[in-house]
Amino acid sequence: MKPAVLTGEHFMTGDVACAEGALAAGCLFFGGYPITPATEIAEHMASRLPDVCGTFVQMEDEIAAMASILGASCAGVKSMTATSGPGFSLIMENLGLGICTETPCVVVNVQRAGPSTGLPTLGAQGDMMQARWGSHGHYEIIALAPASPQELFYTTITAFNLSETYRIPVLVMTDEVTGHLSERVVIPEAGAIKLRHRPAPKGRKDRFKAFQPGPNGVAPMAIAGDGYGIHVTGLTHDERGYPGMNVETQIEMMHRLTQKIRNNLDDIIRTESYRLEDAEIVIVSYGISARSSLAAVDEARAQGIKAGLFRLITVWPFPEQQIQKLAEKVRGFVTVEINLGQIHLEVQRCAGSRVPAVLVGHPGGAVITPEQIVDTLKTAF
Amino acid sequence: MEKNKIRSDHPLDAMLRTDRIPHIWCPGCGIGTAFSACMVAMQASGINLDKTVMVSGIGCSGRGAGYTRLDSYHTTHGRAIPFASGMKLANPELNVVVFSGDGDLFAIGGNHFIHAARRNMDITVICVNNLIYGMTGGQAAATTPCLAKTTTTPLGNPDPPFSLPLLAFASGATYVARWTILHTRDLTKSIEEALNRRGFSFIEVLAPCPTGYGRKNKERSLDTLKIYQERTVIKNGAHPMDAVMDFGNSITLGKFVDHDRPTFSDNYDRTCRPHFA
Ligand SMILES: Cc1ncc(C[n+]2csc(CCOP(=O)(O)OP(=O)(O)O)c2C)c(N)n1
Ligand code: SF4
Ligand SMILES: [Mg+2]
Repeated sequence: MKPAVLTGEHFMTGDVACAEGALAAGCLFFGGYPITPATEIAEHMASRLPDVCGTFVQMEDEIAAMASILGASCAGVKSMTATSGPGFSLIMENLGLGICTETPCVVVNVQRAGPSTGLPTLGAQGDMMQARWGSHGHYEIIALAPASPQELFYTTITAFNLSETYRIPVLVMTDEVTGHLSERVVIPEAGAIKLRHRPAPKGRKDRFKAFQPGPNGVAPMAIAGDGYGIHVTGLTHDERGYPGMNVETQIEMMHRLTQKIRNNLDDIIRTESYRLEDAEIVIVSYGISARSSLAAVDEARAQGIKAGLFRLITVWPFPEQQIQKLAEKVRGFVTVEINLGQIHLEVQRCAGSRVPAVLVGHPGGAVITPEQIVDTLKTAF
Repeated sequence: MEKNKIRSDHPLDAMLRTDRIPHIWCPGCGIGTAFSACMVAMQASGINLDKTVMVSGIGCSGRGAGYTRLDSYHTTHGRAIPFASGMKLANPELNVVVFSGDGDLFAIGGNHFIHAARRNMDITVICVNNLIYGMTGGQAAATTPCLAKTTTTPLGNPDPPFSLPLLAFASGATYVARWTILHTRDLTKSIEEALNRRGFSFIEVLAPCPTGYGRKNKERSLDTLKIYQERTVIKNGAHPMDAVMDFGNSITLGKFVDHDRPTFSDNYDRTCRPHFA
């Protein structure tokens, strides 16, 4: 039997690194449904969860998988599922339940090219707006985009930590290329991994209000069986968790659900800058496309173009203040992503009329090459 | 004088979220009776109520979860069972009870039902079968009798209904019973029995929906109860194949299945986690 944290140096795929990250984060429940290119995460969890007395269950579909991880989380266990496009669509229904009921959990989307069944074995980044708005209604969400197997390991831990702190499903938006890429992954000592846990209720059980926000805007979470006698519903509800079929309750609930994210952006938003200090053109990218962008920056610099990279690790909530600030001092933005313009729309919005923002996109199925990016850097500005 | 005093307490107060009463159910609706039977059975069963959870889907029946003081989870339409499965697997100490409607559990949620029964997930599922989608105003369900009138089958339902006990049995449920809300004692005993056994237990409870079903089919609540009284036959141990439901003729009630087989967790512990035994 292996421990939860496989301390040491490994050569592993992104999918396996993601699963190991989940285990290192204390995940004890995986409800899943096979789908390329995310299947290896489920398979690895199926073989590894018994090591830590966790449970793997292959559900009948992704709707059930998502429902099962919410149930497991409400019963007090860190839980996750992993899927790709078609399954991500099915997950949307209960993702909304998780947001509305403030239930922590992690959903991994190893993106492949869509729409529909698309290109099952080839990567894309076409689900980024679905990650933001795919479930009905207005809400805040957290989505992270790792760029390597090593980062998938850490990002999955971060995803669990943020989901626990903010009581929200967190999306890990990786892609087929990163998921199937084998690279060196260093797993630290268990003691070096910082884990967060959902805020626990204090005080008298009979006075406890299940959705009354704490100091950081997040309500302490009572677990089923703890004796709090809580009611949890996907209907619009008040701080007690009771349904309130009126506009006032809706306004108050929406305020709680959105402010707990909007008021904690400093803790949630993670980005990385490369050669940005004197950059005139800023590439905005994430995931596998950020790796091509990194190479493009060096190549462009070699050709005399002052380029830099602003890499999004947190994609949602969108780092709009950072982009707005950059817009004050640069000549333009280039968004690089394997879709035909999704995060590009956000960059355009934040750049406003101040500077031009162009796209280097791709319909899906291949990575964008550094040459394509450099070409645009040379011609667009 | 004393005996005319209106009592403010109720024997089920300890089980109910009294601050949420009045409930939403219509006069003559059968859900309340099924719900009280469930509450009474829970109290009588001796199970640890702090460790007992009610999970509902969406519908009039699904509102049950909102009226109990137990930890309760009102989920999405059809998804109560997979949510409940996740809870039970994450904390096997919990007694997990699903209380929901026929549309919820057998139309949109039908796939989840058969798979949870196949796995012999250790949960209790109580289905209020009012033959209709009550909450949305009386549309045809997967349980609506052939030729019955509903708002989406104004000329009569062309579809035949599922036999829920047969479906449960064929899917692998290890306890299967059918009662009506008129048979409260049998129903309560049955729920109590189900709560105290391991494995996937399923209880169908026939209940009138005067608003959604009765009105269209010229059947008042009392007429429905009369049918429950006059046309039901209790046949404990009958094969689920023989559990008929012909409202013009005969309706078979009783406990049809009660046998043991390993639950999902039994099998998972044996095959995957023997080292933690
Ligand atoms: C995904 C989805 N589709 C449709 C609905 C609308 N809806 C709410 S309740 C319901 C039917 C409920 O029927 P049943 O489970 O029999 O419960 P009853 O109201 O009869 O007790 C429907 C279709 C919904 N809430 N969610
Ligand atoms: S509509 Fe039917 S099921 Fe719903 S509360 Fe009224 S009588 Fe009951
Ligand atoms: Mg119904």
